Formats: sequence, structure tokens, C-alpha cells
Amino acid sequence: MRIDVSAFVGAYPFRRVPGTSPDALLRAMDRIKVEQAWVTHLPGVFWRDPAAGNPWLYETTAKHDRLVAVPAVHPGLEGWKDVLGEAKAAGVPAVRCDPTFYGLDPTGAEMLALARACGAEGMPLMLAVRLEDARQRHPNDRAGELPPWAVRTLVRSQSDLHLIVTHADRPFIEEVHFGSTPEESARIWWDISWVWGPPEDHLETLLGTIGVERFVFGTGQPLRLPETSVAKLDLLDLSKEQRAAIESENIVTLTPSEARGKGRSSNRATAPSRSLS
Amino acid sequence: MLIDVHAHFLHDRSPRLDWRARNASRLRAGERVGITVHVASILGSWGATSPIYFPSPSDIEYGNDFLLQLQRSNPARIRGYAVVNPNFTSHALAELARCLDAGMIGIKLAASRRANDPLLDPICRVARERGVPVLQHVWQHRRREYPGQEASDAAELGALAARHPGVNFLLAHIGGGGDWIHSLAVVRDLPNVLVDLSGSGVDGGMLEECVEAVGVERLLWGCDLTIDTGWAKLRYLEHMLTGDELELVKWRNASRIFPPTAFPTD
Repeated sequence: MRIDVSAFVGAYPFRRVPGTSPDALLRAMDRIKVEQAWVTHLPGVFWRDPAAGNPWLYETTAKHDRLVAVPAVHPGLEGWKDVLGEAKAAGVPAVRCDPTFYGLDPTGAEMLALARACGAEGMPLMLAVRLEDARQRHPNDRAGELPPWAVRTLVRSQSDLHLIVTHADRPFIEEVHFGSTPEESARIWWDISWVWGPPEDHLETLLGTIGVERFVFGTGQPLRLPETSVAKLDLLDLSKEQRAAIESENIVTLTPSEARGKGRSSNRATAPSRSLS
Repeated sequence: MLIDVHAHFLHDRSPRLDWRARNASRLRAGERVGITVHVASILGSWGATSPIYFPSPSDIEYGNDFLLQLQRSNPARIRGYAVVNPNFTSHALAELARCLDAGMIGIKLAASRRANDPLLDPICRVARERGVPVLQHVWQHRRREYPGQEASDAAELGALAARHPGVNFLLAHIGGGGDWIHSLAVVRDLPNVLVDLSGSGVDGGMLEECVEAVGVERLLWGCDLTIDTGWAKLRYLEHMLTGDELELVKWRNASRIFPPTAFPTD
């Protein structure tokens, strides 16, 4: 089983990207043999209220067994605790917050409040370091990248908080991992999408120094070719167990049973009734 | 047959203590991917004794010599681009003669001088005379100066290519950083500029736009610093192109622009 923890549906505002519809995503998943994808509403990342994309996301994922919602929470907006509560009720495996895209201080009071709430609810929090290479972004796409100290601050702030960090490269991962206690770093999972393979062999190095158990399969599709993450694994000499750990088992151990069952049965997350606001 | 038109190797005078491991990793990964030939360059001392993109003449010679050694020790798998610094015209011309005579099959221009500068003209005349292509390092849509290099973008390469219609130019690493949409618009109508697909960038839609802009006849497969992203693009192209089109990108286009005896099947 292969689970893509980092996928998106919906149009990207800064350039033409093919394959952003749910059906196209499912076709891409078939192409690279991904059984389940965790998806976020991509336009919402850039909306003033990112959670306004969640109703569509819930509705869409309810129609497709293989798509699992990772709804957005903006802790600077009134009602964000309700958004988190709805996510909890819907049985999602994680919520996401991309503070630099939302215009939030990634180590500020709002993020720390979200970290507290996610920890208390047992809800993993997903954050992306970036969505596109900084060298090519649209001139008006000016949000900064998530800094490594933000991840260190968040994981230290709440002892029961679990983080899934996507689109991080080797230096970022090493800085956070070795800048954290073993207890702290054991609560962070990294997707492999932005870690270089050979000849630099960053992924191979990290699997050896940090451990296979800290890495999960993510692609960032459709903004990035999902074949990349598969190729990274195909270029490694992993045991069957190690590969399964990265491709699904590591993340399955973290996620609520409701989401885990999705894609294998008809156990669907229920779409909450929150209306567009 | 699969030709990587944009590879690099390191050497013992580079700052990297792991240079042997990186070279071995490239060849090992190449075997897994199915790369028949790595067409590679070495940029001087990789910063040890002169800047990567402004290599000194002596560093250039050492790097080119090392690559020639690699080519001789791996005759089936490695081919070389002769690296030159256009600011040292006499040295560059002598180095081209030396390296091409010794079996190198192309010219690599990094970022020592803007691509549209007249100092590149004598180098391009050699390329024309010797029938070898020029791989030009490109920053896709250069909006400003960048430290450590005198980067060029597609428009600047395009000016050079227009002055030398008898030379084939490779626009380096379309996925290697910067706005590739800008580059594709520029080179659309420049028949002697081919697009090298290498680079760590694997943007959804990039390959479709490459095909749309220049057609499969002007696309070249490559990896540069990340073989995983090269393999990913190859796998995507396998779904996107017909078998004949894929062969063009994998090796036939390269075979067309490099010297006739450059690759095994020739």
C-alpha cells in the first residue's frame, strides 16, 4: 500500500497546472500506484479564509474512497476552534496550516494556540515548507518559506503535538532533527518529496542518520510530478519492510482509525455542515 | 539507449571529500535508470581554488583533464564537454582544440560571461567548425544579478544562437531554477536551441509546455544534480509521448546534434 500524504485538488493561482481535478488526481494515483492520497484544497491556501475551501474538500473526498481530506485551519480567524472540531468529527488524519501563506508569524501566538489545540485533540498538524521552488515563483507570490526554527518552536511548545512536515530538504530536516530532543523529533514525520536522491544521496543519508521511521511518502502533486517520490525510493536499496514503512506504515501508525480505514472500505469521513463563510 | 546530456563529476581537488562516492553514486544510479551515456562536465575546481562559475585557466585544465581520464576509463559510459572561460580567449580556444582533439564531444559554458557577449563568438565559431554543440548554463528568466555567477537567461542565449545559426545550443536545465515559462516562450522560434530537461524541478505541466513550445524534436533528456528527478521526468514522458517521440527525447535528438561518432550506436 502506498499513501501520498501530500496532495492537492483545485486550481493553482500562479500558473497553469494540469491535473488539478479529483478525477485527474485519481488517474495520476493509478499511474504511480498510490492507493490513497491525503488532499488539501489548493486554492484555499491562498484565500483570506483558507478554511472556506474545507466544505468542498469534505464533499469531494466523501465521493471518492481513495481521497482523504486534510482540511485547513487558520488560527488567526474567529471560529478556528470550530474548524478544528469539525475536522476531528470528520475523522480526518491531520489538519494543515501554512502560516507563511496565511500571513501568520510561524512562531507567533496564533500558531502556538493551534499547536496546543492540535496536541490536546490528538490531531496531527501538517505544514509545508514551500510549495514551489523559490527561484521560479510568481512575482506576486511572496510568502516566505517555513523556517526550520518554526518547526522546532512548535514541537517544543506542546509535548503531545505531532507534526507532518512536507517539502523540506535535507538541511532543513537535519537542522530540526538534530536541534530537537529525541522525544521531540519522534513527534515529527517528514515527507520525502523535496529530498534529493543520487548522486548527492540526501535521502539515503537521512534514512541512515535520522531513521526510516521518520519518513513518509508524499509527492506535492499535482504541482510536482508524483513519479519523483517513487523514483527516489526505487533508487534506494531498501528492504521490503523499510519501503513499506515509508510508503504507508509510518503514517498509518499516526493516523486515526477512521482515516486509516478509508480506501479499504466504505468507512467514509462525514462531511461537516459548516457553510461557506 | 538513454543519453544524459547534462551530468557532472567531481575530482580530488574539489572541496568535496566525498567526491569518489558521488561519482560512483552517479554511475550506480545511472545503471539502475538505464543511462547508456553520461555527457558530463567538470567546472574547474568546483570552487576550491577559483569560483565554480568563474574557473581559472589552470583549474579548467585540471577539471578537463580529469574528465578526459574518466572518459578513457569508462569509454562506454562517459563523454565530456570541454569547459572554458570566455574571459580568457586564447586559453579557451587552445583548451577547446586540446579537449576536442582528445575526444570530448561538446562545449560547456557556465556563467563566466553573459551569453550574448561578443567574447562568446570565437568559441561558437570553434563549435561550428568542429561540429559540436554548446551547453549553456541558464538561469530561467534572470531578473537580476546573482552572486557567484554572471548568469544568462534564454533571451541572452537566444541572441547568441541567432548570431550562430550553424551551432546547436542546449539551454541548460529547464527545471534547474527560475521561470521556465519565460525561457520556453523565448526559444520557441529558435531552431538551433534545444531544451535540456534536467534540473531538480519537476513541476506539473512543465513537460507538457516544453513539448508544446519546441516540440519533441528539440528536447533532450538529462539529470544534472538529481537523477531521481530525471528518472521521474522520463517515467512521466513514457506516459505522455508515443514510443517514437520518446526515443527522440531519450537519445535520437542528442545523437543528431553531437558528433557522429559520439555514441555507441553510431
